[in-house]
Amino acid sequence: MGSSSSRMDHIPNAEQLMQETGFSAAHILRLYARFEFLDKDERGELRPEDFGALRGLAMNPIGDRIIGAFFSRGKETVDFPSFVRVLANFRPTETNTIRDGGQSFSRTRKLKFAFKLYDQDRDGKISREELLQVLRSMLEQQVTEEQLQSIAERAIQEADLDQDDAISFEEFKKSLERVNIDEKMSSHFLR
Amino acid sequence: MQRCGHVHLWLLGLVSLIFLISGVTKVNGDVAHQESHPKPQSELKSNQTEHVHGSSVITGIPVVTFKWHHVETPYLIALWILVAGLGKLVIEANHHVTSVIPESALLICFGFILGGIIWGADGVQTFTLTPTVFFFYLLPQIILDAGYSMPNKLFFSNMGAILIYAVIGTCWNAASLGLSLWGCHMGGAMGDLDIGLLQYLLFGSLIAAVDPVAVIAVFEQVHVNEVLFILVFGESLLNDGVTVVLFNVFDAFVSLGGSQIDAVEIIKGIISFFVVAFGGSLVGFVFGLLISFLTRGTKNIQIIEPGFVFVLGYLSYLTAEMLSLSAILSIVFCGMCCQKYINSNMDERSVTTVRYVMKVLANGSETIIFVFLGISAIDKTIWVWNTGFILLTLLFIFIYRFIGVFFLTWILNKYRLVRVEFIDQLIMSYGGLRGAVAYGLATMLDENKIKEKNLMVCTSLIVVYFTVILQGITMKPLVNWLKVKRAAVTDITLIEKLQNKVFDHMLVAIEDVSGQIGHNYMRDKWNHFEEKWMSRILMKPSARKSRDYVFNVFHKLNLKDAMSYVAEGERRGSLEFIRNETAIINFNKKFGDDCSDVMPDIMADTSDDQGGMSSMRGDPVPSISLEMHEQTMNGMRESEDINTHHLLQQHLYKGRKQHRHRYSRSHFDTNKDENEVQEIFQRTMRSRLESFKSTKMGVAPPKAITKHPKKDHQQKMPNGKSMDKSKTNYSGDEDFEFSEGDNASGYEASGHSFPMRLTYRAGAGIENPAFMPDLDPMAPVQIPPWRAEAERDSSMVAPSQRAQVRLPRRPSDLCRLAPLSINTRSDNSFLEADVPLTPPPPPTPTPPPNYFDGSI
Repeated sequence: MGSSSSRMDHIPNAEQLMQETGFSAAHILRLYARFEFLDKDERGELRPEDFGALRGLAMNPIGDRIIGAFFSRGKETVDFPSFVRVLANFRPTETNTIRDGGQSFSRTRKLKFAFKLYDQDRDGKISREELLQVLRSMLEQQVTEEQLQSIAERAIQEADLDQDDAISFEEFKKSLERVNIDEKMSSHFLR
Repeated sequence: MQRCGHVHLWLLGLVSLIFLISGVTKVNGDVAHQESHPKPQSELKSNQTEHVHGSSVITGIPVVTFKWHHVETPYLIALWILVAGLGKLVIEANHHVTSVIPESALLICFGFILGGIIWGADGVQTFTLTPTVFFFYLLPQIILDAGYSMPNKLFFSNMGAILIYAVIGTCWNAASLGLSLWGCHMGGAMGDLDIGLLQYLLFGSLIAAVDPVAVIAVFEQVHVNEVLFILVFGESLLNDGVTVVLFNVFDAFVSLGGSQIDAVEIIKGIISFFVVAFGGSLVGFVFGLLISFLTRGTKNIQIIEPGFVFVLGYLSYLTAEMLSLSAILSIVFCGMCCQKYINSNMDERSVTTVRYVMKVLANGSETIIFVFLGISAIDKTIWVWNTGFILLTLLFIFIYRFIGVFFLTWILNKYRLVRVEFIDQLIMSYGGLRGAVAYGLATMLDENKIKEKNLMVCTSLIVVYFTVILQGITMKPLVNWLKVKRAAVTDITLIEKLQNKVFDHMLVAIEDVSGQIGHNYMRDKWNHFEEKWMSRILMKPSARKSRDYVFNVFHKLNLKDAMSYVAEGERRGSLEFIRNETAIINFNKKFGDDCSDVMPDIMADTSDDQGGMSSMRGDPVPSISLEMHEQTMNGMRESEDINTHHLLQQHLYKGRKQHRHRYSRSHFDTNKDENEVQEIFQRTMRSRLESFKSTKMGVAPPKAITKHPKKDHQQKMPNGKSMDKSKTNYSGDEDFEFSEGDNASGYEASGHSFPMRLTYRAGAGIENPAFMPDLDPMAPVQIPPWRAEAERDSSMVAPSQRAQVRLPRRPSDLCRLAPLSINTRSDNSFLEADVPLTPPPPPTPTPPPNYFDGSI
């Protein structure tokens, strides 16, 4: 315990982070190790290239979007607290702390993250073009452009309640209300 | 009351059947029932046989002979199947009963009755379920069906839990039951029994497994949530394999005798356990791949595809049995491996056939098994009563199941992302139904080695009855009372599916970032591998192309929309389908409720040279038009008769009958006359669109649109060219886009693809265009644009034009518009949309038919 707490001392704002994100000390330590591993230049912050070095991520069709999600607007780097905060989106909601409010809060937070993956221009709406980009990267090989168009069209039409030809966050949330977000957007390891 | 009368009638019929087959051949002449027809024959027979025996010289050629012994075995088998089927029919006819008591329980009771009758007639139980029949002829198809229809993704994502329940849970059940019974025996609770510890363990192992047949029968009626279902179902499937293996190991131990068993033998037993289980799975895997590979090359003779599936599935079972590996596991994995590949390799019709025949076989076996379980009870020889043994077995089975499930779940929940909730655990434990496998294994016991075999058989029967009947009946109320999460009956939506895929990728990415290797990561790797190697080897190239998950969903939704569009249009009656109603009816009938099931009907080959891709390509035309023809002939209204007749005369709906009735053993014949078919289809669609629009407008279309000869020409061009053109058109034409949810624009645009439509549009909107005799005479010869496109793109996917992009919206709009309904906005946009169309239309839009035309 002594050694772990002394290692914890290296981590800036560890306690605060734990409180904020709900991660345990072990999680924070593990994530910090990972952070240091990714941070090849040991500058205490990560740049997109650091993420790009991950092979699996490079192959992931939406990998670049995930990477993008780590960087807040206009910033070129991400420091450890932000890194942890982003990952905290993928923490399963604790069953014993589920109160109605808590769960829906976590749900909204997770959905917000997913929404931002689409909404690259951050105007609060998924436009047809934005949806199309995601579709294109995911289905590329098998489906022709025309088919992509029609799929995008249909998807928008399904969610689009106010007929503005784009999906707002509320519409997005509504369209996924039957999906168990907590299950779909939780990583086992961040539990 | 009426129904009861029917039931009695049925029962009477069945009873008489039983008399007939249970060897009571002296059917009394005065028992007048429907089976009396063999009677004259039997008289004939007796004369004949006397004659033959008496003189042994044939004095004349017998006109009819009665040779019962010649056909006895197959005849009895067929009759039993019939009886079981009839029993099921009767049971299912009483829906209010089956909603309370599960069918399996009723079938067992039905078996009691039959058994009683046989007993009464023969004095011995002539028919019992023998292990050979059960394991070789009844069980395989049930398990194959279960494997084939297994939701793979769900199964594999819960694989860990399922394996733990199936392996550890079963071992726990076996060991705890065996040891406790032995303990009680030692304590003197059962009186004088000649059963040793090993025999107790053997008994424990045979009765340990939850039975898939019983479980499916009960659980499919209660619709619990999918995780709970897959846990129970997966467990019951796999632990059958496990219990057979355990049984064999303990059987060997028993033969070996207690004194010979040392550590080495035990270790060998454990090793053999794993070898048998994994070896069996491996055999199944290999056979599954083999099936997939074979169906890849059946392009020219599709009729044998379903045969391969069944024969190789069965062979995988037998092969594993031959190698003394686990046959059950083998056939489960065979079904699971091949499902994905064969479903995309085979022709749609073959897929339906496989699915359906598999269900028929499985259901039949299941019925027979339950009936025979009931019949077997009515046999004095097996009833050895030992209150202590039987009651304690029941008690321990019940208790240890609960303990086992709760303990294992407690461990699993520490690791599972989605915890198995308390109520689900209760249901899982309570759903621990034992079934025919236990009974089959019990009858396999060797009486020489196990003195109390009959006690074990009878106990296992009682356990089966107790669990299937009592627990089966109480399951549903329990599920209701505990408010177990049910399976959500929801429509799929494209955006959900899409998002699910995004979630999958997202989790993989997060695992990458956080440097953990989890099952998302593994699944991703497996998908890559599978995509790269297995699909390439095992799947037709054409099948591989269009099997994208999201796209499939998209396609299914489109189909559904098409159906609801038709239904809605028909319901409202405002689409002016009146004269076309025959066509509409046909669409409806053909498309039915469930597109996937009906699709094969629609997916007929239209030409030989497209053979290979035809499996991918839906071509709705032939069957529809066939039906249409018929309908046109009979269902016409008087007033329209002449009109229609005229049209038919003019447009050569001839000679189709000949095509229709051509018989071929290896091909379902389909209408080869493509032009005809297309013409009809084209016309149907066109007129529907047209009339739909005019109704919507309430007036005739405001203007005529001039014909574009050039366009016509272009469309007439075969394959490639017109398509390319339209493509470029599209990309250059971004502003041709209706940005509102109006209904008509899509159709409006697509209207241009019908060159001759323009002529009649000028005329009256009320006059139904389909029946204007002066339609383009070229029509029959012309390759319609969507066809051309279809030919070009063999993967045959959906709309390629922006105009079509609108299509999916249509039906939902229709619904939205429902009553009077055209909201002003959409109305306006409709008008607006109409105007810009007058100039040279933007893309060569493909007509809506494409919609039905998509790939599966």
